[in-house]
Amino acid sequence: MSIFAVTAIAILVSVAMALGRAILGPTAYDRILSVNAIGTKTVLLIAVVGFLNGRPDFLDLALVYALMNFIGTLAVLKYFKFGTLRGGLSGTPKGEQ
Amino acid sequence: MDLVLDILTWALMLGGCFFILITGFGLVRFPDLYTRIHAGGMADTLATFLIFGGLALQADDWLVVVKLMMIVAFLFFTSPTATYALAQASFVAGLKPVVDGYTDADENTDGKEEGK
Amino acid sequence: MAYTDAKKRHGPGAPGGDKELILRTISLIIVLVIAWLLLSGIYDNTLILGFGAASCLLVALIARRMDVLDKEGFPLHLSPQIFAYWFWLFAEIVKSNIDVAKCVLFPKQYLQPSMFKIKATQTSDLGKVVYANSITLTPGTVTVDLHEDTVLVHALTKETADGVKSGEMDERVTKVMGEG
Repeated sequence: MSIFAVTAIAILVSVAMALGRAILGPTAYDRILSVNAIGTKTVLLIAVVGFLNGRPDFLDLALVYALMNFIGTLAVLKYFKFGTLRGGLSGTPKGEQ
Repeated sequence: MDLVLDILTWALMLGGCFFILITGFGLVRFPDLYTRIHAGGMADTLATFLIFGGLALQADDWLVVVKLMMIVAFLFFTSPTATYALAQASFVAGLKPVVDGYTDADENTDGKEEGK
Repeated sequence: MAYTDAKKRHGPGAPGGDKELILRTISLIIVLVIAWLLLSGIYDNTLILGFGAASCLLVALIARRMDVLDKEGFPLHLSPQIFAYWFWLFAEIVKSNIDVAKCVLFPKQYLQPSMFKIKATQTSDLGKVVYANSITLTPGTVTVDLHEDTVLVHALTKETADGVKSGEMDERVTKVMGEG
């Protein structure tokens, strides 16, 4: 059994636990945190699975996924904070207009 | 030589597995959002570094090593920004942390007047 | 509008001046070309190489038009000491990771969350951001709010809280950024 398979299984178990937190999580922010953590773990998983199959080209996908995970988290947070994606970051938060 | 590399890879990646499992465990176990953020931070830093270090030892092309290093550097630069955005958004939304006596941020911790 | 502002700020007679902007543009193009060559891995196809060069130039042009080639967007002025700081920061990250792992495994014994304010001694926004991000990057401490020069920190255990309160990281960041 190769170490890559072991690592992939560990990452998947961890993703399952984060998913549990996303289902339980009392507030929306808990869920965003879980989604962010799952995104980071997905980057790791893509890289490990690429090595498992002997195709390190998967690393390009991992790099793009890291970018998208970051931008996606910020976009969702901005939407939750301001209620819209329009405009800069210096407006008033939702509910304080 | 290959044996040494393999043993090093096993050590690094098992360390990464340990930290990534601890991350998932902490996400489920900790009592409130702010403590869970700390748990999530572990996956972003040391677990990523250990697993990608192990992968870099098994790579047979130096371009692959460079790509791995770029992903690690990128995660190290962006993850604190995302974490800060999350913590600040929940703080401004008025979510109060559970603190355990050892604190001196008293008058201003509800964050309502800092909603900028 | 942004374009004319950029011209005003970087034009002749402006602080920094044309020379600095050209220097920054050229170094940005060099960095982009290096990144492209490392990521692509195809060096024998003229068409692909041409596309790469074109995209590097396009990005440099857009960055210049967006006016992000200032001290914050492209910090050329940082001293090489920043690499030594990264090594120190990495050692801190390893230590605090072990602290947090202990805390996850034995929460009754170690878990002692706290929230406190500290002063950041950096003068520039960039220095403050580097400091706040360093705090966040070490697990066990998270920057919750950065307001003027006050940093609101949430810490997981007493040890990590004391680590931030000792002010060592603050001193190092201030020294590396050449401020204060």
